[in-house]
Order: sequence, then C-alpha cells, then structure tokens
Amino acid sequence: MSVVLEQIFQVGFLAAIIRIATPLAFATLGEMFSERAGVLNLGIEGIMLLCAMTGFTETSLSGNLWLGVMVAVLTGMLMGALHALFTVVLGLSQHVCGIGVTLFSSGLAYFLYRLIFGQQSVPPSIKGFQTLPIPVLSDIPVLGPAVFNQFTLVYMAIIAIPLAAFVLYRTPWGLSVRMVGENPRAADSAGVSVIATRFQAVILGGALMGLAGAFLSMAQFNAFTFGVVSGRGWVAIALVVFGRWDPWRSAGAALLFAFVDALQLRMQASGLGHIPYEAFLMLPFIFTIVAMAFMSRNAVAPSALLKPFRREER
Amino acid sequence: MFRLEVRTSTPAWFNLVLPLLAIGATLILCSGLIALAGAGVLESYGVMFTASLGDSYAITETLVRAAPMIFTGLAVAVAFRAKFWNIGAEGQLLAGAVASCFVGAIPMPGPLAMLLMAIAGAAAGAVVALVPATLRVKFKVDDVVSSLLLNSVIYYALMALIEGPWKDSFSGYPISPPIEDSANFPVLIEGTRLHLGVIVALITAPSIWFLIARTTLGFRIRVTGENPEAARYGGIHVERVLLSTALLSGALAGLAGVGEVGGVHFQVMSDISPGYGYSGIVVAMLARLNPLGVVPAAIFLAAVMTGAEAMSRATGVPAFLSDVIQGTALLAMLVALLFTAYRIRRVGASR
Repeated sequence: MSVVLEQIFQVGFLAAIIRIATPLAFATLGEMFSERAGVLNLGIEGIMLLCAMTGFTETSLSGNLWLGVMVAVLTGMLMGALHALFTVVLGLSQHVCGIGVTLFSSGLAYFLYRLIFGQQSVPPSIKGFQTLPIPVLSDIPVLGPAVFNQFTLVYMAIIAIPLAAFVLYRTPWGLSVRMVGENPRAADSAGVSVIATRFQAVILGGALMGLAGAFLSMAQFNAFTFGVVSGRGWVAIALVVFGRWDPWRSAGAALLFAFVDALQLRMQASGLGHIPYEAFLMLPFIFTIVAMAFMSRNAVAPSALLKPFRREER
Repeated sequence: MFRLEVRTSTPAWFNLVLPLLAIGATLILCSGLIALAGAGVLESYGVMFTASLGDSYAITETLVRAAPMIFTGLAVAVAFRAKFWNIGAEGQLLAGAVASCFVGAIPMPGPLAMLLMAIAGAAAGAVVALVPATLRVKFKVDDVVSSLLLNSVIYYALMALIEGPWKDSFSGYPISPPIEDSANFPVLIEGTRLHLGVIVALITAPSIWFLIARTTLGFRIRVTGENPEAARYGGIHVERVLLSTALLSGALAGLAGVGEVGGVHFQVMSDISPGYGYSGIVVAMLARLNPLGVVPAAIFLAAVMTGAEAMSRATGVPAFLSDVIQGTALLAMLVALLFTAYRIRRVGASR
C-alpha cells in the first residue's frame, strides 16, 4: 500500500491526472451544456473523433497548431449544428439521431483520414503542443510542475470550468438554457426562444467536444489513430450523469476518473497488483449506473431531456 | 404558404417507399465522397454491387455478414416497439459471444454443443438487457444511457478475459482459445462460409414477426409501446411486459454473438463485432421496426460492407465509405420518417 501512496504523490503522477482529465473535462462540459438545454448528444463519441481528425489534418498540412484547434472547434460546432437540426428543429428522437451522428462522423473521420494520408505503415505524426510553464506558479513545489507546467489547452480547460459555471448560473443566456431544459413551455411563455437556445447550447457543446478531440490528437498523442477517442465520449456521457449536470461536479467527476485511469496505467506499468486494468476502466460506467439508480428518486436530470419541443403541440 | 399537418395514419406503401427514399438519398449524398476521392460514382457503386450481390459466392458472403445484423436488428426492433430504448445490443452481442465460447470449448457431441451455445449466448444477452430494463422499471433510470454505458462495461469485461485467463499463452495474442471443432456450425454450401447460423437468422425474422403481430405477448409489447396508459387501463402489466421485451431483445442480440463465434470466428477476440450492435439500430430503423423488414435492411448494410472492400481495391476509394453510408442512412431514414408523422399541406395566404 505504501508503494501505491508513494506513486500517488509523485509530480509525474499528478501531472498525468491533469492531462488525462483535460479532454474529459472539455467533453463533459460540452455534453452538459447540451443536456442542460434538454438535448442528449450521443453523437459525442463520433464528433470527438472527427474533430481530432480535422484538427490533426489541418495542423499537419499547415504546420500551425492553433489553426488546427480552430478547425477542430469549427468541426465540432458544425456537427453540433447537424445534431441540433435533427433533434431540435425537426424534433427527431435524440438517442437514435445521436447514434446516427456518431456513426456518420466516425465513418467520415476514417474515410477522410485514409483519403488524405493513405495507408502508411507508420502513422503520420505532428509536433504537438509543448508544455508552457507559468512563471512563479510553476515554482510551487509538487503542485507547480504538476499543474502549472502543462499545455495551454490544459489551462484552457481549467479556466473553462468556472467559466461554464458562470455562464450557466449567472448569465441570462445560462438561465435560458436551464429553462428550456427544465420547462420549455414556461420558457416559451416567458419569451425565450426554445429552438434558438437549444440550438446554441448544442453548438457550444460541439465546440467543447472539438477542443476535447483536438487535445487528444494534438497534445496527448500527436497523431490521429482510429482508436484515439476509444470510448472517451461515452465516458463523458457517464460523467455528466455522475456529476449531476453541474459544471463543478462534472469536472470533479472527470478528475476522479482521470485519477483512477492514471492509477491503472501506473499499476500496469509497474506490474503492481493482480487486478486486471480493465476493472478500473469499467468503474466509471458501473458507478454511474449505480448512481443513476439512487439519483433518479430526486430527479436531478433536466426534466425536458429527450423531449422535443413543438410550439403548436400542447 | 406551406405548413406541416399531423398525420393520423400512414398508407402501407410507406413501409417500402421510405427506406428506399432514405437509401437513395444516402447513395446520392455519399457519391460526393466518391467524387472527392477521384473515382467514378457509378463505377464505384457498380463494383460494390457486383462484389456483394453479383454472383452466388458474393451473395453467401453478404448473407454471412447480414446474419449478426439480422439478429441485432430484430433485437432493436422488438425493444423499440415497446419503447424500451435498448442501445445496448453491442454489449449483449459480446456477452452472447463470450458465453457461447465458454460452452463451445467444452468437449461434447456437436449438435448438443451448438444447442447449448445458442442457449447460453441468448441467456447471457438477455441477462445483460435485463439490467437497464430492471433499473427503469424499479428505479425509473433512463434506459438509453444505462444500456449504452453497459456496452463499455461488457467490452472491458471481455478484454479482461482475453487479456487475462483466456489469453493465448503460446502466442501471447489477446484471443480466446478456439471452440471445439465439433461445435463449429456446419457449412451449408461447400466452398463458402454460409453456416447454419445464417439460416437460423433468416428463420428467426418471420418467427419474431409472428410473435409481434399475432401473439398475445406481441400485442402487449405493441400496446405498451404505443400507449402505456391505455395498456395499464386494459389490464396489461406494463412493467412485466418491459422486462419480457428486454429478455427477448437481449436474447436476440446474444444470438448474434453466438453466430459469430460458432459460424465465423470460432473464438472470441476484441474486434469480434465491428459495431454490429449499433448497426442493428440502423437496420431496425430502416425496417421501420418491422421484423420482416429487418432481413432486407440487414442484407443492404451487409452488401455495402462487403462491397466496400472490393470497391476500395478496384477504385481506391477508402472502404470506410461503408461506415459513412451506415450513418447517413440512419439519419436519412429518420428524416424520411417525418413523412409518416406529418404531411406538407399548401395553405392559402388568408390565414
């Protein structure tokens, strides 16, 4: 046990947790905005993959990392708009559309990647983001190098969490988002456009999913592979529920999952423990399913989640 | 001005026309990608067609690939009929594959092994599907999310098996030991891979249609899906119907895994299903949740998958086109379904 504890309090381990948590935090916040407005986006898994691909491609062609991030975000917004068009404007069933968007975007990602790069024995890579130590703060012992000597995208994720909470709880637009997710009929009576608000929230969610994808292919792996997302989108779906649709709790859930994941990687590498590493990877899903059973009694999910809104139907 | 008007009923020919419309739109949309790859659209689709349905061998290959999607398509169709949102066919398939592989590795007479493999696989799938259904019935947990998340749980359980106790100690590959030779499903036509499981899939579809359309359980499933309040008022135990539906749906998805183990791979590996569970959703929607429609819909998707590889070799268009076609077909079908809910009416300017 003491060996495990020693591992935990290493700078490298803390830094790894933060790095693993970053794409999950972006994705989880993105899914949260969408769901708070009443739209479940199961397209997340495919959207992240497509964004990882487009961002990587842009960077490897132009050599500009931030241009790549921008393209990834735009891709995410575009796919968000597609999902919103189907589920919000046309009122089609959200879960089936989401699966459709995931199948479509991941197919498109594979197709375009193969078309642009062909089949190479060694997958092309880029010179990804380098860590950017923040002066003074990065000199704090342990915490400094772990938290303040990271990629810029990591800092963006850290800022995104309070920002998301502020937008959701302290701005008129955030109020609209919560209203259309809880009681669209009332929101409509109060003069809030349900369709427009939901559309915006899903697109914002897509943008955040784009950042998640960009981080994976441009900071974490510096390459695009077909398994670059490998279920992180589904993890985000679980974390939103586990984090009770709240930015702080969702980000906390992402951090907790990252901790378990980093621990699992360490134990695999050091040959410690006889528990199969898959057991750890299963945990967030099992926890979420169990948590859902306990939570549903006090109904924390946005009430209008999965319900399309049509003005003329009463 | 045009406005949308709610339809109360849809003509029967919609069942045929809407999927064809969706598939047509899909092929037109995806032809843009073929053009982008610098290949001839008609030529590419032509190669796709000949390579998947052009001769008898190609047809058997397509049918082999269609079989698991017939099962997952039926699983989803049955579940969605009762508005049990089973997104978990993928996990149920994997559970079925694992269970049947366990049984198939035990030495026993062939026919008995095959029967027990099917029973074990169906049971495993059913148990997995029962989880989201029970959570929904007992705890009001949303079945969409819980059934989806279970896919990941089952996937990691499978990985733990093939990288742990099942791992091939000789080669070190993460694959399960093969099932007994006697448990391999018999091949029906010499020189092809057309196995017994394909025929079982083709027989299961009309049986499920009969069950849904003509039996009491089928009636209960339909009423529960269409109007649970009315069902309850009519004395139907809605919760029990949902659980039965889950058992049936999960068993069907489990059988998809059994077929892959017994008839195609004879063992379990991490990529035993290239997303057949999710394809089942596409199949079921294209079939408009009609079990009889599941067969042509699954054959269409299988043909696209089989044909895409040949198309890729002949024209250089990436074979991943088949994945794009699958996703596009699902979205196009959803849009086409709007015609069943609404009709577009011209209304005068004097409103």
